[in-house]
Amino acid sequence: MSMMQTFKERVGLSETGLAKRKTVTFGDSSSVTDGRFWSTLSVITMAVVWYLGSAMGLVNPIFWPSPEAVWQQFISISGEGYRNFSLWEHVWASLYRILVGFGLGCLIGIPLGFAMGLSKVIRGWFDPIVEFFRPIPPLAFIPLVIIWSGIGERSKILLLFFAALWIMVIAARAGVSSVKLTKIHAAYSLGASKRQILLHVILPNSLPEIFTGMRVAMGVCWGTVVAAELVAAESGVGFMIMVASKFLSTDIVVLGVIIVGLIGYGIDILMRKIEARLIPWKGKA
Amino acid sequence: MSELIVNNVSMIFDTPDGGQVEALRNVNFSLKQGELLSVLGPSGCGKSTLLNIIAGFLAPTEGTVSNGTTELHGPGPDRGMVFQQGALFEWLTVAENIGFGLTMKGAPKNEIKQTVDHLLETVGLQDFGQKAIYELSGGMQQRVALARCLANDPDIILMDEPLGALDALTREKMQSLVLKLWKETGKTIVLITHSVEEALFLGERLFVMAPRPGRVKQEYLLPFAEAGLTQDPREIKASSDFIGKREEILSMIWEMEEEIMGRGEAVGA
Repeated sequence: MSMMQTFKERVGLSETGLAKRKTVTFGDSSSVTDGRFWSTLSVITMAVVWYLGSAMGLVNPIFWPSPEAVWQQFISISGEGYRNFSLWEHVWASLYRILVGFGLGCLIGIPLGFAMGLSKVIRGWFDPIVEFFRPIPPLAFIPLVIIWSGIGERSKILLLFFAALWIMVIAARAGVSSVKLTKIHAAYSLGASKRQILLHVILPNSLPEIFTGMRVAMGVCWGTVVAAELVAAESGVGFMIMVASKFLSTDIVVLGVIIVGLIGYGIDILMRKIEARLIPWKGKA
Repeated sequence: MSELIVNNVSMIFDTPDGGQVEALRNVNFSLKQGELLSVLGPSGCGKSTLLNIIAGFLAPTEGTVSNGTTELHGPGPDRGMVFQQGALFEWLTVAENIGFGLTMKGAPKNEIKQTVDHLLETVGLQDFGQKAIYELSGGMQQRVALARCLANDPDIILMDEPLGALDALTREKMQSLVLKLWKETGKTIVLITHSVEEALFLGERLFVMAPRPGRVKQEYLLPFAEAGLTQDPREIKASSDFIGKREEILSMIWEMEEEIMGRGEAVGA
């Protein structure tokens, strides 16, 4: 018991102050802290299991490569590149498609969502369109998009635009409907015009919903771009994975998968940081 | 100019089940510049509807609201609102909230700053101008709401249960603040409240409203608000005159509530 105590304290798990005296912790969400210690342990464990598993020859490297092999590939591809493009060019190719497709999706989706939240006519007109396209996985459009514009950049950007568009429309619409009527009334009584209410009340008030939408859309776009590159592309992380798999270069496949995971994770962390800076009042009102 | 004349206002609206509700029937009154009216009544008596009509958020089915010279239609900066809570703009600082009306009007920056600084001091928030709304307690937020309303220098201030969400102690402090602001600014104020004590203490005039149809059932002229400016509020509220009025009104409202219950109808808002 006392050893457990000191162990907990040593790894920074000791609870302080009033929290120490709480008798009910199960179900108390405040007692579930971020558990950074356990996250670190989890990552280390996965790495060790991977290393030992391949070092002891438990898995055929064709099915799952050793960490050294993946690392080797990382070094060589980031130096020499793969299929005419350097590793960074592959990563950038994927990121670029996302940024443009996602950006266009926001550019059209947010104003459209606003209009749908503010006007009965526009809402009625676009509602069936949005509700029809929203549940269709963007990947289902790949064949169409390839027929329209080949396997170049345009097709992928179009696909990502589609993926982001509906999410952003719905997020912006939800943002508009989340405005409390008292805030609108207050603004009118303070002499604000309709335009001022849109810019100074409805827009900032809907930022939390819009940002949540952006995070979801980013995640979907990242997944979609990799999948789209798996089907047809000339560069990109997904393309790299697809080509490597044809040559049974599992180490490159796994390298690609790891890069996809890390970048996706990185994007989400970045979005959360921006959110905390931009919308500090979220969840506190 | 800054009178308030409510002339024969009636409000009938349709319910979803095809029926009709007479939210207000022939409400008539006028307030002179600087009068403080509190309005009290059980749920469904139409007091919020009345306030929303005066504010211009609802158009009455009959009757008019005017300021003595012109009829009022739609909301405007001449009638400031203070809501119960949640009407502040979380994305703006305390100072920016208070200056919102002036900013929308396009007033010069130094004028806005001057007004805001002055009002921060008036409501006792000198050091909180740069704070975010969510950093403030409920009572402080209502101080900001009062200041934001005053910054626009409205002719009439409409308060919709402004202290309803506050704890008892904060509420008493805020009542004194409301009296102080009323005296200092000489504004005409209409205050809606659920609390009999608050209505008695703050209202120079007090309407007790009755439901179905919503109407003014009884009017009182009260000395307590004037007295509250100089005397200890606790003493006033403990005086026999105050307690007598309080019990009289309470039993009147109880009767109404029982009547509603007895009719076995759902109580609408």
